[in-house]
Amino acid sequence: MSEHLLEIEGLETSYGSSQVLFGVSLTVAEGEVATLLGRNGMGKTTTVRSICGLEKAGGGSIRFAGQRIEGWTPDRIGRAGIALVPEGRQIFPNLTVRENLVAFAANRHAAREPWSLDRIYAFFPSLEKRSGNLGGRLSGGEQQMLAIGRALMTNPRLLILDEATEGLAPLVREEIWRCLDALRGSGQTILVIDKYVERLIALANRHTILERGQVAWRGNSAELDADHGIWHRLLGV
Amino acid sequence: MTQLILEQALNGLQFGLMLFLLAAGLTLVFGIMDMINLAHGSLYMVGAYLAAEVTQASGSFITGVGVAMLGTGVLAVVLEVVLLRRLYARNHLAQVLATFALILIANECVRIVWGAQTLMLNAPDALSGPVRIGGFLYPSYRLLIIGVGALIAGLLYVLVARTRIGMWVRAGASNREMTEALGINVRLLFTAVFAFGAALCALAGAMLGPLLAVQVGMGESILILAFVVIVIGGIGSIRGALVGSLLVGLVDTLGRAMLPAMLRALFSPEVASSLGPALASVLIYVLMAAILFWRPEGLFPARA
Repeated sequence: MSEHLLEIEGLETSYGSSQVLFGVSLTVAEGEVATLLGRNGMGKTTTVRSICGLEKAGGGSIRFAGQRIEGWTPDRIGRAGIALVPEGRQIFPNLTVRENLVAFAANRHAAREPWSLDRIYAFFPSLEKRSGNLGGRLSGGEQQMLAIGRALMTNPRLLILDEATEGLAPLVREEIWRCLDALRGSGQTILVIDKYVERLIALANRHTILERGQVAWRGNSAELDADHGIWHRLLGV
Repeated sequence: MTQLILEQALNGLQFGLMLFLLAAGLTLVFGIMDMINLAHGSLYMVGAYLAAEVTQASGSFITGVGVAMLGTGVLAVVLEVVLLRRLYARNHLAQVLATFALILIANECVRIVWGAQTLMLNAPDALSGPVRIGGFLYPSYRLLIIGVGALIAGLLYVLVARTRIGMWVRAGASNREMTEALGINVRLLFTAVFAFGAALCALAGAMLGPLLAVQVGMGESILILAFVVIVIGGIGSIRGALVGSLLVGLVDTLGRAMLPAMLRALFSPEVASSLGPALASVLIYVLMAAILFWRPEGLFPARA
């Protein structure tokens, strides 16, 4: 594995006077799929929002592709190559499916096989049929595919997914997992937050579990698979 | 009677289109940055004064309008970078207080530079006469306003609905944070939108100058109408601003012209003549209340 694409050290983030993250450290290597796990309210979303510049890091450092990015504006971080598929999807309801995809298309880091509208439609065939529909008219599963497609269209070096399978019907969820498998196969670097530990063990190599804003456990898939005590204690499974 | 209705409808269309030039900028500022800018009407006033001044000095109405748009746009950039940027993160009360102060400052500055008396801005001589439409005569300058307003509305539609910048603007109005996370510098985009909106304000001020008086305080009365428009249309929506502007322009103009006559059919002449103007002046607020009752988000809400 090459050097780390993302390297977080001692990250501290607060909302007003209440501190949420207490020195979180995390690395993601180029080309790998890593996960961030933990029960609700343990700081997973705050961590990814801090990476994206949407929350101000009060302490610690965030390095991306060799540059210190903490304190950068969200748009600069986005252009640097981090794309977020946020919790709750947050597609633009007043833009059509096609517009949601093409509005932010870019290939700033010279991806060898850049994503295009055609490739996204081939990847998510159900989006093509909805091309002219407003984003707000889509089903939950379609919105999720659109949110992933929208992020991919920026040809990111790091794709971050925050609860991408939440609230989806089992069949749709499976489709999302299949997509993530395919993305991993293509060498896309991914940081994923999700609740389905079994699927994540199959998808990713390295896992980090947060507990009350701190890293409570980290290890690889074999270790996580072997120790169901961790599942019970830290993940509430 | 039909002729009167037709003529008043054209007047309403003309007023509505000019109102749209103000409302377009206002709705985007409010929609994208969640910023209440009461000083938007002052830009309209400054535009009218600049147009009057330059037209008089150069003898060319077109030069006057062009300089007014450019000058007001530049002024808006300065205003946005120096002052308004600091207000985005503040609450609406702080924004209202600060931009209300701007109204007072702008009015006073205009009074110092141009004096308290009303300024004359004349329409080009070529357009001073009427033209015949169907069976009646209509001022050609008013037709020009309708033409320019329709042209700008069309251009704005293409810009907002068909270009990538337009997509960013709409995305920014619906979810600013996500738009930024996807790599768009919303701050810069907003400065550009604000300057563009100011130039449109100046255009409206310059075009309406020959019809209304160019005077201190002219921005406040139209600002209230522009706010009614964007609330009716849905905050952040250009399409809503257009529909809202035309509705307000038509209802206001037609109401003032027709209501007294309609009331005479129901009430005694004395009652009708005192009730008519009073009712007509509140008609657009009745319209707004009715629309908000059925569509609390306005006709074309930009947010989910």
